[in-house]
Amino acid sequence: MLIINEIEKKFNAGTVNEKVALRNFSLSLAEGDFVTVIGGNGAGKSTFLNCVAGVFGVDKGSILIDGQDVTKLPEHKRSAVIGRVFQDPMMGTAGNMGIEENLALAYRRGKTRSLSWGISNKEREIYKEYLSHLDLGLENRLHAKVGLLSGGQRQALTLLMATLKKPKLLLLDEHTAALDPKTADKVLKLSDRFVHEGNLTTLMVTHNMRHAIEHGNRLIMMHEGHVILDISGEEKQSLTVEDLLKRFGQVSGEEFANDRALLS
Amino acid sequence: MFEILLGAISLGLLWAIMTIGVYITYRILDIADLTVEGSIAMGAAIAAFSIFNGMNPFIATCLAFVGGMLAGLVTGILHTKLKIPALLAGILTMIALYSVNLRIMGKANLSLLRIDTVFTPLENLGLSPTNAVMLFGFISVMAIVGLLYWFFGTEIGCAIRATGNNPQMARAQGINTNNMIILGLVISNGLVALSGSLIAQSQSFADIQMGIGSIVIGLASVIIGEVIFGTRNFFNCLISLVLGAITYRIIIALVLKMGMPANDLKLFTAITVAIALSLPVFKSYLRPIKKSMNGGDL
Repeated sequence: MLIINEIEKKFNAGTVNEKVALRNFSLSLAEGDFVTVIGGNGAGKSTFLNCVAGVFGVDKGSILIDGQDVTKLPEHKRSAVIGRVFQDPMMGTAGNMGIEENLALAYRRGKTRSLSWGISNKEREIYKEYLSHLDLGLENRLHAKVGLLSGGQRQALTLLMATLKKPKLLLLDEHTAALDPKTADKVLKLSDRFVHEGNLTTLMVTHNMRHAIEHGNRLIMMHEGHVILDISGEEKQSLTVEDLLKRFGQVSGEEFANDRALLS
Repeated sequence: MFEILLGAISLGLLWAIMTIGVYITYRILDIADLTVEGSIAMGAAIAAFSIFNGMNPFIATCLAFVGGMLAGLVTGILHTKLKIPALLAGILTMIALYSVNLRIMGKANLSLLRIDTVFTPLENLGLSPTNAVMLFGFISVMAIVGLLYWFFGTEIGCAIRATGNNPQMARAQGINTNNMIILGLVISNGLVALSGSLIAQSQSFADIQMGIGSIVIGLASVIIGEVIFGTRNFFNCLISLVLGAITYRIIIALVLKMGMPANDLKLFTAITVAIALSLPVFKSYLRPIKKSMNGGDL
Protein backbone atom coordinates (compact mmCIF):
# COMPACT_ATOMS: atom_id res chain seq x y z
CA MET A 1 0.00 0.00 0.00
CA LEU A 2 2.83 2.35 0.94
CA ILE A 3 6.30 1.94 -0.50
CA ILE A 4 9.08 4.26 0.55
CA ASN A 5 12.18 3.93 -1.53
CA GLU A 6 15.47 5.17 -0.07
CA ILE A 7 14.31 8.67 0.68
CA GLU A 8 16.65 11.28 2.06
CA LYS A 9 15.76 14.58 3.69
CA LYS A 10 18.24 17.26 4.71
CA PHE A 11 17.43 20.50 6.46
CA ASN A 12 19.55 23.62 5.92
CA ALA A 13 21.54 21.77 3.26
CA GLY A 14 24.92 23.34 2.50
CA THR A 15 25.11 25.37 5.72
CA VAL A 16 26.86 24.73 9.02
CA ASN A 17 23.46 23.83 10.46
CA GLU A 18 22.93 21.05 7.97
CA LYS A 19 20.95 18.24 9.52
CA VAL A 20 20.21 14.97 7.82
CA ALA A 21 16.78 14.06 9.17
CA LEU A 22 16.24 10.97 7.03
CA ARG A 23 18.94 8.96 5.28
CA ASN A 24 18.41 6.00 3.02
CA PHE A 25 15.04 5.47 4.57
CA SER A 26 13.05 2.61 3.09
CA LEU A 27 9.85 1.05 4.32
CA SER A 28 7.04 -0.91 2.82
CA LEU A 29 3.56 -1.32 4.29
CA ALA A 30 1.06 -4.00 3.27
CA GLU A 31 -2.62 -3.17 3.04
CA GLY A 32 -4.18 -3.10 6.48
CA ASP A 33 -0.86 -2.80 8.31
CA PHE A 34 -1.06 -0.80 11.53
CA VAL A 35 2.52 0.27 12.19
CA THR A 36 3.63 2.11 15.30
CA VAL A 37 6.72 4.27 14.96
CA ILE A 38 8.89 4.99 17.97
CA GLY A 39 12.19 6.73 18.49
CA GLY A 40 14.00 9.37 20.54
CA ASN A 41 13.88 13.10 19.94
CA GLY A 42 15.34 13.99 16.57
CA ALA A 43 15.14 10.42 15.28
CA GLY A 44 13.22 11.67 12.26
CA LYS A 45 9.76 10.28 13.08
CA SER A 46 7.83 13.44 12.35
CA THR A 47 10.00 14.29 9.34
CA PHE A 48 9.19 10.86 7.95
CA LEU A 49 5.44 11.36 8.40
CA ASN A 50 5.60 14.88 6.94
CA CYS A 51 7.47 13.56 3.90
CA VAL A 52 4.75 10.98 3.33
CA ALA A 53 2.03 13.62 3.78
CA GLY A 54 3.82 15.99 1.41
CA VAL A 55 4.31 18.85 3.88
CA PHE A 56 7.76 19.09 2.31
CA GLY A 57 9.45 17.30 -0.55
CA VAL A 58 12.27 14.78 -0.26
CA ASP A 59 15.79 15.30 -1.58
CA LYS A 60 16.16 11.77 -2.92
CA GLY A 61 14.10 8.63 -3.34
CA SER A 62 10.45 8.04 -4.05
CA ILE A 63 7.17 7.48 -2.26
CA LEU A 64 4.40 5.30 -3.70
CA ILE A 65 0.89 5.02 -2.33
CA ASP A 66 -1.18 2.17 -3.74
CA GLY A 67 1.07 2.01 -6.79
CA GLN A 68 0.87 5.74 -7.50
CA ASP A 69 4.07 7.75 -7.34
CA VAL A 70 3.26 10.73 -5.12
CA THR A 71 6.83 11.98 -4.62
CA LYS A 72 6.19 15.17 -6.59
CA LEU A 73 2.54 15.69 -5.64
CA PRO A 74 1.80 18.74 -3.45
CA GLU A 75 0.35 18.25 0.00
CA HIS A 76 -3.25 19.10 -0.85
CA LYS A 77 -3.34 16.60 -3.71
CA ARG A 78 -1.92 13.80 -1.59
CA SER A 79 -4.59 14.54 0.98
CA ALA A 80 -7.09 12.92 -1.37
CA VAL A 81 -5.84 9.53 -0.19
CA ILE A 82 -4.30 10.40 3.20
CA GLY A 83 -6.08 11.05 6.49
CA ARG A 84 -4.08 12.86 9.17
CA VAL A 85 -4.28 13.61 12.87
CA PHE A 86 -1.70 15.96 14.34
CA GLN A 87 -0.02 16.27 17.71
CA ASP A 88 -1.55 19.67 18.38
CA PRO A 89 -5.33 19.33 18.84
CA MET A 90 -5.74 22.85 17.39
CA MET A 91 -4.10 21.85 14.15
CA GLY A 92 -6.52 19.31 12.73
CA THR A 93 -9.69 21.37 12.83
CA ALA A 94 -10.84 24.90 11.97
CA GLY A 95 -11.69 26.42 15.34
CA ASN A 96 -13.81 29.28 14.00
CA MET A 97 -16.03 26.92 12.05
CA GLY A 98 -18.82 24.67 13.29
CA ILE A 99 -18.52 20.94 13.95
CA GLU A 100 -20.68 20.13 10.92
CA GLU A 101 -18.72 22.55 8.73
CA ASN A 102 -15.47 20.85 9.67
CA LEU A 103 -16.95 17.46 8.89
CA ALA A 104 -18.30 18.78 5.59
CA LEU A 105 -14.81 19.96 4.65
CA ALA A 106 -13.43 16.50 5.41
CA TYR A 107 -16.32 14.84 3.55
CA ARG A 108 -15.16 16.64 0.38
CA ARG A 109 -11.53 15.61 0.71
CA GLY A 110 -10.25 14.52 -2.69
CA LYS A 111 -13.23 15.93 -4.53
CA THR A 112 -13.20 19.06 -6.71
CA ARG A 113 -15.02 21.76 -4.77
CA SER A 114 -17.79 23.56 -6.60
CA LEU A 115 -20.36 26.28 -6.00
CA SER A 116 -22.94 23.85 -4.64
CA TRP A 117 -23.83 24.18 -0.96
CA GLY A 118 -20.96 23.48 1.40
CA ILE A 119 -23.16 21.17 3.45
CA SER A 120 -26.46 19.41 2.75
CA ASN A 121 -29.23 18.26 5.06
CA LYS A 122 -28.64 14.66 4.05
CA GLU A 123 -25.04 14.92 5.24
CA ARG A 124 -26.12 16.34 8.58
CA GLU A 125 -27.91 13.07 9.35
CA ILE A 126 -24.80 11.10 8.44
CA TYR A 127 -22.65 13.32 10.66
CA LYS A 128 -25.05 12.97 13.58
CA GLU A 129 -24.85 9.22 13.22
CA TYR A 130 -21.04 9.19 13.15
CA LEU A 131 -20.72 11.69 15.98
CA SER A 132 -22.99 9.64 18.21
CA HIS A 133 -20.50 6.75 17.86
CA LEU A 134 -17.83 8.97 19.44
CA ASP A 135 -19.88 9.00 22.65
CA LEU A 136 -18.98 12.61 23.42
CA GLY A 137 -22.43 14.14 23.01
CA LEU A 138 -21.25 16.11 19.97
CA GLU A 139 -24.17 14.88 17.84
CA ASN A 140 -26.38 17.49 19.48
CA ARG A 141 -23.92 20.32 18.95
CA LEU A 142 -23.54 20.25 15.18
CA HIS A 143 -23.50 24.05 14.96
CA ALA A 144 -21.11 24.62 17.87
CA LYS A 145 -17.77 26.17 16.98
CA VAL A 146 -14.96 23.63 17.21
CA GLY A 147 -12.92 26.19 19.15
CA LEU A 148 -15.24 25.58 22.10
CA LEU A 149 -14.34 21.90 22.34
CA SER A 150 -11.71 20.39 24.64
CA GLY A 151 -8.43 19.04 23.28
CA GLY A 152 -9.66 15.46 23.53
CA GLN A 153 -12.92 16.25 21.77
CA ARG A 154 -11.03 18.02 19.01
CA GLN A 155 -8.70 15.05 18.52
CA ALA A 156 -11.67 12.67 18.40
CA LEU A 157 -13.32 14.92 15.82
CA THR A 158 -10.08 15.15 13.80
CA LEU A 159 -9.87 11.37 13.87
CA LEU A 160 -13.43 11.13 12.57
CA MET A 161 -12.61 13.69 9.87
CA ALA A 162 -9.49 11.78 8.85
CA THR A 163 -11.48 8.60 8.33
CA LEU A 164 -14.80 10.03 7.12
CA LYS A 165 -13.72 9.48 3.53
CA LYS A 166 -11.88 6.18 3.81
CA PRO A 167 -8.21 7.09 3.29
CA LYS A 168 -5.71 4.73 1.73
CA LEU A 169 -3.32 5.75 4.46
CA LEU A 170 -3.92 7.11 7.95
CA LEU A 171 -1.14 9.13 9.58
CA LEU A 172 -1.28 9.69 13.33
CA ASP A 173 1.52 12.01 14.44
CA GLU A 174 1.83 11.72 18.23
CA HIS A 175 -1.85 12.49 18.28
CA THR A 176 -2.28 11.77 21.99
CA ALA A 177 0.89 13.48 23.23
CA ALA A 178 -0.86 16.72 24.15
CA LEU A 179 -3.69 15.03 26.05
CA ASP A 180 -3.97 13.97 29.67
CA PRO A 181 -3.45 10.18 30.19
CA LYS A 182 -7.15 9.37 30.56
CA THR A 183 -8.19 11.29 27.45
CA ALA A 184 -5.18 9.90 25.60
CA ASP A 185 -6.37 6.37 26.32
CA LYS A 186 -9.85 7.22 25.07
CA VAL A 187 -8.54 8.70 21.84
CA LEU A 188 -6.24 5.71 21.36
CA LYS A 189 -9.13 3.28 21.83
CA LEU A 190 -11.09 5.28 19.29
CA SER A 191 -8.14 5.19 16.87
CA ASP A 192 -7.93 1.41 17.27
CA ARG A 193 -11.63 1.09 16.53
CA PHE A 194 -11.55 3.28 13.43
CA VAL A 195 -8.47 1.48 12.09
CA HIS A 196 -9.98 -1.97 12.59
CA GLU A 197 -13.46 -1.10 11.36
CA GLY A 198 -12.09 0.44 8.20
CA ASN A 199 -9.15 -1.97 7.88
CA LEU A 200 -7.00 1.15 7.39
CA THR A 201 -3.31 1.09 6.59
CA THR A 202 -1.96 3.21 9.43
CA LEU A 203 1.26 4.81 10.62
CA MET A 204 1.17 5.94 14.24
CA VAL A 205 4.09 7.91 15.62
CA THR A 206 4.32 7.83 19.38
CA HIS A 207 6.90 8.52 22.04
CA ASN A 208 5.18 6.15 24.40
CA MET A 209 6.73 2.68 24.28
CA ARG A 210 3.76 1.05 25.97
CA HIS A 211 1.40 2.50 23.36
CA ALA A 212 3.72 1.42 20.58
CA ILE A 213 3.72 -2.13 21.90
CA GLU A 214 0.01 -2.38 22.69
CA HIS A 215 -1.27 -1.05 19.39
CA GLY A 216 -0.81 -2.17 15.83
CA ASN A 217 0.57 -5.31 14.25
CA ARG A 218 4.05 -4.01 13.58
CA LEU A 219 6.52 -1.73 15.34
CA ILE A 220 9.43 0.15 13.89
CA MET A 221 12.00 2.06 15.85
CA MET A 222 13.85 4.96 14.29
CA HIS A 223 17.24 6.31 15.19
CA GLU A 224 19.21 9.04 13.43
CA GLY A 225 17.06 9.03 10.36
CA HIS A 226 16.60 5.37 9.64
CA VAL A 227 14.85 2.24 10.84
CA ILE A 228 16.89 0.28 13.38
CA LEU A 229 14.23 -2.15 14.52
CA ASP A 230 11.29 -3.66 12.67
CA ILE A 231 9.24 -6.07 14.74
CA SER A 232 5.99 -7.69 13.66
CA GLY A 233 3.81 -10.76 14.07
CA GLU A 234 4.14 -12.91 17.19
CA GLU A 235 7.38 -11.29 18.21
CA LYS A 236 5.53 -7.98 18.50
CA GLN A 237 2.73 -9.62 20.51
CA SER A 238 5.11 -10.77 23.24
CA LEU A 239 7.23 -7.60 23.28
CA THR A 240 7.77 -5.71 26.55
CA VAL A 241 9.20 -2.26 27.24
CA GLU A 242 12.33 -3.87 28.76
CA ASP A 243 12.85 -5.97 25.62
CA LEU A 244 12.53 -2.90 23.50
CA LEU A 245 15.07 -0.94 25.55
CA LYS A 246 17.53 -3.82 25.44
CA ARG A 247 17.10 -4.25 21.70
CA PHE A 248 17.59 -0.53 21.22
CA GLY A 249 20.86 -0.65 23.15
CA GLN A 250 22.11 -3.59 21.10
CA VAL A 251 21.30 -2.07 17.75
CA SER A 252 22.30 1.52 18.31
CA GLY A 253 25.06 1.07 20.86
CA GLU A 254 23.51 3.83 22.98
CA GLU A 255 21.19 4.13 25.92
CA PHE A 256 17.67 5.09 25.01
CA ALA A 257 17.69 8.68 26.15
CA ASN A 258 14.14 9.89 26.22
CA ASP A 259 12.57 10.39 29.61
CA ARG A 260 9.17 10.94 28.11
CA ALA A 261 9.21 7.49 26.54
CA LEU A 262 10.49 5.76 29.68
CA LEU A 263 8.31 7.43 32.26
CA SER A 264 5.01 7.02 30.53
CA MET B 1 -27.99 68.56 10.62
CA PHE B 2 -30.41 66.14 9.01
CA GLU B 3 -28.74 66.85 5.69
CA ILE B 4 -25.35 65.94 7.13
CA LEU B 5 -26.74 62.70 8.51
CA LEU B 6 -28.27 61.72 5.17
CA GLY B 7 -25.03 62.54 3.39
CA ALA B 8 -23.10 60.40 5.89
CA ILE B 9 -25.47 57.47 5.43
CA SER B 10 -25.32 57.58 1.64
CA LEU B 11 -21.52 57.81 1.66
CA GLY B 12 -21.40 55.09 4.32
CA LEU B 13 -23.33 52.73 2.06
CA LEU B 14 -20.74 53.16 -0.69
CA TRP B 15 -17.87 52.67 1.77
CA ALA B 16 -19.68 49.61 3.12
CA ILE B 17 -18.83 47.76 -0.10
CA MET B 18 -15.16 48.53 0.54
CA THR B 19 -15.54 47.48 4.19
CA ILE B 20 -16.90 44.10 3.11
CA GLY B 21 -13.85 43.73 0.88
CA VAL B 22 -11.51 44.52 3.78
CA TYR B 23 -13.42 42.06 5.97
CA ILE B 24 -12.84 39.24 3.46
CA THR B 25 -9.07 39.61 3.68
CA TYR B 26 -8.69 40.82 7.27
CA ARG B 27 -11.12 38.49 9.01
CA ILE B 28 -11.81 35.59 6.66
CA LEU B 29 -8.34 35.15 5.14
CA ASP B 30 -6.53 36.58 8.18
CA ILE B 31 -4.35 38.81 5.99
CA ALA B 32 -3.89 42.57 6.35
CA ASP B 33 -4.07 43.43 2.65
CA LEU B 34 -2.75 46.89 1.83
CA THR B 35 -3.60 46.49 -1.86
CA VAL B 36 -6.92 48.15 -1.07
CA GLU B 37 -5.23 51.56 -0.83
CA GLY B 38 -4.35 51.22 -4.50
CA SER B 39 -7.37 49.30 -5.72
CA ILE B 40 -9.91 51.79 -4.35
CA ALA B 41 -8.20 54.60 -6.28
CA MET B 42 -7.88 52.26 -9.25
CA GLY B 43 -11.63 51.66 -9.28
CA ALA B 44 -12.17 55.41 -9.18
CA ALA B 45 -9.61 56.01 -11.92
CA ILE B 46 -10.99 53.37 -14.28
CA ALA B 47 -14.60 54.47 -13.82
CA ALA B 48 -13.80 58.19 -14.10
CA PHE B 49 -11.63 57.84 -17.17
CA SER B 50 -14.09 55.54 -18.97
CA ILE B 51 -17.12 57.66 -18.16
CA PHE B 52 -15.26 60.84 -19.04
CA ASN B 53 -14.54 59.33 -22.44
CA GLY B 54 -18.17 58.52 -23.07
CA MET B 55 -18.53 54.95 -21.83
CA ASN B 56 -21.80 53.82 -20.30
CA PRO B 57 -21.34 54.38 -16.52
CA PHE B 58 -22.65 50.90 -15.66
CA ILE B 59 -20.13 49.23 -17.96
CA ALA B 60 -17.42 51.53 -16.61
CA THR B 61 -18.31 50.47 -13.07
CA CYS B 62 -18.09 46.78 -14.06
CA LEU B 63 -14.71 47.52 -15.63
CA ALA B 64 -13.55 49.06 -12.35
CA PHE B 65 -14.61 45.85 -10.57
CA VAL B 66 -12.55 43.76 -12.99
CA GLY B 67 -9.57 46.11 -12.55
CA GLY B 68 -9.70 45.64 -8.78
CA MET B 69 -9.83 41.87 -9.22
CA LEU B 70 -6.66 42.03 -11.32
CA ALA B 71 -4.94 44.04 -8.59
CA GLY B 72 -5.95 41.36 -6.09
CA LEU B 73 -4.65 38.69 -8.45
CA VAL B 74 -1.24 40.37 -8.57
CA THR B 75 -0.99 40.54 -4.77
CA GLY B 76 -2.19 36.94 -4.55
CA ILE B 77 0.46 35.69 -6.94
CA LEU B 78 3.20 37.72 -5.24
CA HIS B 79 2.17 36.27 -1.89
CA THR B 80 1.44 32.62 -2.71
CA LYS B 81 3.56 31.74 -5.74
CA LEU B 82 6.50 34.04 -5.09
CA LYS B 83 6.30 33.62 -1.29
CA ILE B 84 6.46 37.33 -0.46
CA PRO B 85 4.92 38.05 2.96
CA ALA B 86 1.30 39.17 2.57
CA LEU B 87 1.85 42.62 4.05
CA LEU B 88 4.78 43.36 1.74
CA ALA B 89 3.01 41.87 -1.30
CA GLY B 90 0.11 44.24 -0.65
CA ILE B 91 2.43 47.23 -0.27
CA LEU B 92 4.20 46.39 -3.54
CA THR B 93 0.94 46.23 -5.48
CA MET B 94 -0.31 49.38 -3.77
CA ILE B 95 2.78 51.36 -4.79
CA ALA B 96 2.71 49.95 -8.30
CA LEU B 97 -0.95 50.91 -8.61
CA TYR B 98 -0.12 54.53 -7.84
CA SER B 99 1.73 54.73 -11.16
CA VAL B 100 -0.84 52.58 -12.92
CA ASN B 101 -3.64 54.85 -11.74
CA LEU B 102 -1.79 57.93 -12.97
CA ARG B 103 -1.39 56.19 -16.32
CA ILE B 104 -5.09 55.37 -16.45
CA MET B 105 -6.25 58.91 -15.69
CA GLY B 106 -3.38 60.68 -17.42
CA LYS B 107 -3.28 63.21 -14.57
CA ALA B 108 -3.73 63.38 -10.81
CA ASN B 109 -7.46 64.05 -10.83
CA LEU B 110 -10.40 63.93 -13.15
CA SER B 111 -13.69 65.79 -12.81
CA LEU B 112 -17.04 64.21 -13.69
CA LEU B 113 -19.13 67.34 -13.22
CA ARG B 114 -22.23 67.44 -15.42
CA ILE B 115 -21.47 63.98 -16.80
CA ASP B 116 -23.94 61.14 -16.44
CA THR B 117 -23.05 58.55 -13.78
CA VAL B 118 -24.77 55.41 -12.47
CA PHE B 119 -26.75 57.70 -10.19
CA THR B 120 -28.16 59.85 -13.01
CA PRO B 121 -31.08 57.54 -13.94
CA LEU B 122 -32.34 57.71 -10.35
CA GLU B 123 -31.89 61.48 -10.25
CA ASN B 124 -33.91 61.69 -13.47
CA LEU B 125 -36.74 59.96 -11.60
CA GLY B 126 -36.83 62.99 -9.33
CA LEU B 127 -34.59 61.89 -6.47
CA SER B 128 -32.14 64.37 -4.96
CA PRO B 129 -28.46 63.48 -5.58
CA THR B 130 -28.05 62.32 -1.96
CA ASN B 131 -31.17 60.17 -2.10
CA ALA B 132 -30.13 58.71 -5.44
CA VAL B 133 -26.78 57.67 -3.98
CA MET B 134 -28.54 56.29 -0.93
CA LEU B 135 -31.01 54.18 -2.93
CA PHE B 136 -28.39 52.93 -5.36
CA GLY B 137 -25.96 52.23 -2.52
CA PHE B 138 -28.59 50.37 -0.53
CA ILE B 139 -29.57 48.14 -3.46
CA SER B 140 -25.94 47.37 -4.34
CA VAL B 141 -24.97 46.65 -0.76
CA MET B 142 -27.93 44.31 -0.24
CA ALA B 143 -27.16 42.50 -3.48
CA ILE B 144 -23.52 42.08 -2.47
CA VAL B 145 -24.42 40.93 1.05
CA GLY B 146 -26.81 38.35 -0.44
CA LEU B 147 -24.26 37.12 -2.97
CA LEU B 148 -21.47 36.80 -0.41
CA TYR B 149 -23.76 35.10 2.09
CA TRP B 150 -24.49 32.50 -0.56
CA PHE B 151 -20.90 32.27 -1.77
CA PHE B 152 -19.31 31.66 1.62
CA GLY B 153 -21.82 28.87 2.21
CA THR B 154 -20.73 27.00 -0.91
CA GLU B 155 -18.00 24.37 -1.03
CA ILE B 156 -15.48 26.86 -2.42
CA GLY B 157 -16.54 29.55 0.06
CA CYS B 158 -16.14 27.11 2.96
CA ALA B 159 -12.71 26.18 1.61
CA ILE B 160 -11.68 29.86 1.66
CA ARG B 161 -12.88 30.22 5.24
CA ALA B 162 -11.01 27.07 6.30
CA THR B 163 -7.87 28.37 4.58
CA GLY B 164 -8.00 31.61 6.56
CA ASN B 165 -8.80 29.86 9.81
CA ASN B 166 -6.29 26.98 9.65
CA PRO B 167 -4.28 26.55 6.45
CA GLN B 168 -2.62 23.37 7.71
CA MET B 169 -5.96 21.72 8.29
CA ALA B 170 -7.24 23.00 4.94
CA ARG B 171 -4.35 21.36 3.09
CA ALA B 172 -4.88 18.14 5.02
CA GLN B 173 -8.47 18.20 3.74
CA GLY B 174 -7.27 18.51 0.16
CA ILE B 175 -7.78 22.27 -0.23
CA ASN B 176 -5.36 24.16 -2.46
CA THR B 177 -4.74 26.96 0.03
CA ASN B 178 -2.74 29.07 -2.43
CA ASN B 179 -5.61 29.23 -4.88
CA MET B 180 -8.08 30.01 -2.10
CA ILE B 181 -5.94 32.93 -0.88
CA ILE B 182 -5.70 34.27 -4.43
CA LEU B 183 -9.45 33.90 -4.95
CA GLY B 184 -10.17 35.71 -1.68
CA LEU B 185 -7.84 38.58 -2.61
CA VAL B 186 -9.41 38.82 -6.07
CA ILE B 187 -12.97 39.08 -4.72
CA SER B 188 -11.92 41.47 -1.97
CA ASN B 189 -10.10 43.90 -4.25
CA GLY B 190 -12.85 43.69 -6.86
CA LEU B 191 -15.31 44.91 -4.24
CA VAL B 192 -12.92 47.63 -3.05
CA ALA B 193 -12.48 48.93 -6.60
CA LEU B 194 -16.23 48.81 -7.15
CA SER B 195 -16.63 50.89 -4.02
CA GLY B 196 -13.99 53.33 -5.27
CA SER B 197 -15.73 53.73 -8.60
CA LEU B 198 -19.07 54.49 -6.92
CA ILE B 199 -17.46 56.93 -4.49
CA ALA B 200 -15.81 58.79 -7.38
CA GLN B 201 -19.10 58.98 -9.26
CA SER B 202 -21.01 60.21 -6.21
CA GLN B 203 -18.50 63.00 -5.53
CA SER B 204 -18.06 63.69 -9.27
CA PHE B 205 -14.31 63.40 -9.30
CA ALA B 206 -11.52 60.85 -9.02
CA ASP B 207 -8.30 61.68 -7.26
CA ILE B 208 -5.02 59.77 -7.23
CA GLN B 209 -4.77 60.41 -3.46
CA MET B 210 -8.19 59.10 -2.53
CA GLY B 211 -6.89 55.69 -1.45
CA ILE B 212 -4.56 56.99 1.25
CA GLY B 213 -5.66 55.73 4.64
CA SER B 214 -8.52 53.72 3.19
CA ILE B 215 -7.30 50.47 4.80
CA VAL B 216 -7.54 52.18 8.19
CA ILE B 217 -11.02 53.46 7.40
CA GLY B 218 -11.98 49.93 6.35
CA LEU B 219 -10.58 48.41 9.54
CA ALA B 220 -12.25 51.06 11.67
CA SER B 221 -15.58 50.28 10.01
CA VAL B 222 -15.10 46.52 10.48
CA ILE B 223 -14.26 46.91 14.16
CA ILE B 224 -17.01 49.45 14.89
CA GLY B 225 -19.52 47.17 13.17
CA GLU B 226 -18.43 44.07 15.02
CA VAL B 227 -18.31 45.72 18.42
CA ILE B 228 -21.62 47.58 18.19
CA PHE B 229 -23.73 45.33 16.00
CA GLY B 230 -22.41 41.88 16.86
CA THR B 231 -21.02 38.81 15.11
CA ARG B 232 -23.56 36.11 16.00
CA ASN B 233 -23.47 34.48 12.58
CA PHE B 234 -22.13 35.25 9.13
CA PHE B 235 -25.23 37.12 7.98
CA ASN B 236 -25.17 39.18 11.15
CA CYS B 237 -21.47 39.91 10.49
CA LEU B 238 -22.17 41.20 6.98
CA ILE B 239 -24.97 43.47 8.18
CA SER B 240 -22.72 44.68 11.03
CA LEU B 241 -20.08 45.66 8.47
CA VAL B 242 -22.57 47.78 6.55
CA LEU B 243 -23.83 49.43 9.72
CA GLY B 244 -20.23 49.86 10.89
CA ALA B 245 -19.28 51.70 7.71
CA ILE B 246 -22.31 53.97 8.05
CA THR B 247 -21.60 54.58 11.75
CA TYR B 248 -18.02 55.51 10.94
CA ARG B 249 -19.22 58.08 8.38
CA ILE B 250 -21.71 59.50 10.88
CA ILE B 251 -19.02 59.78 13.57
CA ILE B 252 -16.71 61.57 11.13
CA ALA B 253 -19.50 63.91 10.02
CA LEU B 254 -20.29 64.72 13.66
CA VAL B 255 -16.71 65.41 14.75
CA LEU B 256 -16.24 67.62 11.69
CA LYS B 257 -19.47 69.40 12.53
CA MET B 258 -18.22 69.88 16.08
CA GLY B 259 -15.27 71.77 14.65
CA MET B 260 -12.42 69.28 14.29
CA PRO B 261 -10.13 70.44 11.44
CA ALA B 262 -10.49 68.12 8.44
CA ASN B 263 -6.71 67.76 8.30
CA ASP B 264 -6.75 65.91 11.63
CA LEU B 265 -9.20 63.27 10.35
CA LYS B 266 -6.60 60.63 9.54
CA LEU B 267 -4.94 61.04 12.93
CA PHE B 268 -8.33 60.69 14.59
CA THR B 269 -9.14 57.55 12.60
CA ALA B 270 -5.74 55.98 13.26
CA ILE B 271 -6.05 56.56 17.00
CA THR B 272 -9.57 55.11 17.00
CA VAL B 273 -8.39 51.95 15.25
CA ALA B 274 -5.29 51.64 17.45
CA ILE B 275 -7.46 51.79 20.56
CA ALA B 276 -9.98 49.32 19.17
CA LEU B 277 -7.26 46.85 18.15
CA SER B 278 -5.55 47.06 21.53
CA LEU B 279 -8.73 46.50 23.54
CA PRO B 280 -7.83 42.86 24.29
CA VAL B 281 -4.56 44.02 25.90
CA PHE B 282 -6.33 46.61 28.03
CA LYS B 283 -8.89 44.02 29.04
CA SER B 284 -6.17 41.65 30.23
CA TYR B 285 -4.73 44.49 32.34
CA LEU B 286 -8.12 45.29 33.74
CA ARG B 287 -8.96 41.69 34.65
CA PRO B 288 -6.61 41.43 37.68
CA ILE B 289 -7.84 44.82 38.91
CA LYS B 290 -11.45 43.70 38.61
CA LYS B 291 -10.55 40.43 40.24
CA SER B 292 -9.00 42.09 43.26
CA MET B 293 -11.95 44.45 43.54
CA ASN B 294 -14.31 41.52 43.58
CA GLY B 295 -12.34 39.82 46.33
CA GLY B 296 -10.57 37.44 43.99
CA ASP B 297 -13.73 35.88 42.67
CA LEU B 298 -14.66 36.44 39.05
